[in-house]
Amino acid sequence: MDFLRPQNLAEALALKAERPDAVPIAGGTDVMVELNFDHRRPAALLDLNRVGELAGWSASDAGVRLGACVPYTRVIAELGDRLPGLAMAARTVGSPQIRNRGTVGGNLGAASPAGDTHPVLLVTGARIEAASTRGTRLIPADEFYVGVKRNALADDELITAVHLPASEGAQQFSKVGTRNAMVIAVCSFALAIENYQVRAAIGSAAPTPRRVPEAEEFLAGELPWGSPLPDSLKRRFGELVAAAARPIDDVRGTAAYRKHALSVLARRTLGWAWQDILGRDSACA
Amino acid sequence: MRLNVTVNGEAKQADDVWEGESLLYVLRERLGLPGSKNACEQGECGSCTVYLDDVPACSCLVAAGQAEGREVRTVEGLADGERLDPVQQSFVDAGAVQCGFCTPGLVVAAHDLLNRVPDPSDEEIREALAGNLCRCTGYEKILDAVRMASTR
Repeated sequence: MDFLRPQNLAEALALKAERPDAVPIAGGTDVMVELNFDHRRPAALLDLNRVGELAGWSASDAGVRLGACVPYTRVIAELGDRLPGLAMAARTVGSPQIRNRGTVGGNLGAASPAGDTHPVLLVTGARIEAASTRGTRLIPADEFYVGVKRNALADDELITAVHLPASEGAQQFSKVGTRNAMVIAVCSFALAIENYQVRAAIGSAAPTPRRVPEAEEFLAGELPWGSPLPDSLKRRFGELVAAAARPIDDVRGTAAYRKHALSVLARRTLGWAWQDILGRDSACA
Repeated sequence: MRLNVTVNGEAKQADDVWEGESLLYVLRERLGLPGSKNACEQGECGSCTVYLDDVPACSCLVAAGQAEGREVRTVEGLADGERLDPVQQSFVDAGAVQCGFCTPGLVVAAHDLLNRVPDPSDEEIREALAGNLCRCTGYEKILDAVRMASTR
C-alpha cells in the first residue's frame, strides 16, 4: 500500500488524478476502522491532514464555505451561530475524541446512509465542492448521495469544501440511538423552515439520506404562521415523514421501529422549530 | 517507512513501519509504550486516547503515516518523574481503578477536560468522558476522581 502525503491542494489533486484508486484519509474515524479490521486494503492512502487549504472555513453574506477537513469540534465551537443545524448534528457525532478528528468531508466521502450530517446538508441546501485537476464544481446535496455508501464524486475528484447558504430560519436535527455518545443513528431527521419554505430529510432510513417532498409540501401549505401548531398537524407531518422512509431491519433496529421513531422525531423537531419561530416573532413585536 | 514522531517530548524513530498501521500499534509495539491500551480498535472505547498535537484522539484511528513529524503525548508523559499528575493521583485516591484497562484513556481525557475547563460541572465531566468505556466501576468513582482533581 502506498501512502501519499501531499503538502498542499495542488499536490493532492495531482496525486488523486494519477492514482484514482487512492482512498482519501483525514480524521481516519471511518477509514482506519476498515484497515484495522482488514475489511479494506486500498492500493494507496491519500493523507489530507497536511493540506492547509482544506482545514479552515470562511464566511460571507452568502454563507459559509466549510473546508472538508475541519473537525466537528471546530464546527461546534466556531460555527454554532451561523450553522445551527449542522452544529446540532455535529454534537451528536461519536465522542469528544471522534469529534476532534472526524470531519464533514469524511462524512460525505463515506456517504453512509446513517451519516449524521447528511440530513442537515440536505435541508440547508448545501452544495459540495468537488475538485480535480480538471476543475472545480459544486454538487447540490440533493444530487450527491447516489446509493448505499456511494456519492457523486468522480474517481479523480476530492471533496474540498461544503458551501452552506446563510440562513435566518429555524433549523433542527435529532437522531435516535441507544445512548447519547458513540451512536450510529438508528434513524435521524433534520428540518429547516425559512421564508415560508419547509425542507425535511431523513437519515438511516433509506438506501441514501433523502428529502421527504410530500411531507415538506404538506407542511408548507398548512403551517399556521403566528399561531400555535395544532397537534393534528404535527401528527400528520410525522405520518408523512414515516411514509416516505424505506428502512430495513438490521442490527440497530427494525424497519417498523425506524418508521415509528421517524414520525416521533418529525413531530418533536417541528415543535421545537415552531417554538423558535414564534419566539422570534414575539421578540420582534 | 521510517517514522519520526515526538513522543512525550522526545524525538523518536521507528523503522519498517507500515504506514497503514495505527499510531497505537506504533506506540505499544514499536516504541515500547504500553500505557495506551488496545481494546476495540474502532474508536468506541477510548482506552487508546492520546494527545496528538495537543488534541485528544483515539490513537487506534490515526494511521502511522499521518503521525509523521507530529507530537504525541501519552499517559506515560503526564507524570513529572515519580510525581503523578493530579489527575492520576486523584484516580488513585478516589479508588477510580478496578481492572485498570480503561484508566489510561480516562486519565488522558480527564486531563484534557481540566486543561480546558478547570472547574467542570458534572454534566461537563460526563460529556468529556463519554468516549471512554469502563466495564468495572460504574463510573461513580471516576467522576469522584475528576471532581477531586479539579480541586488540586
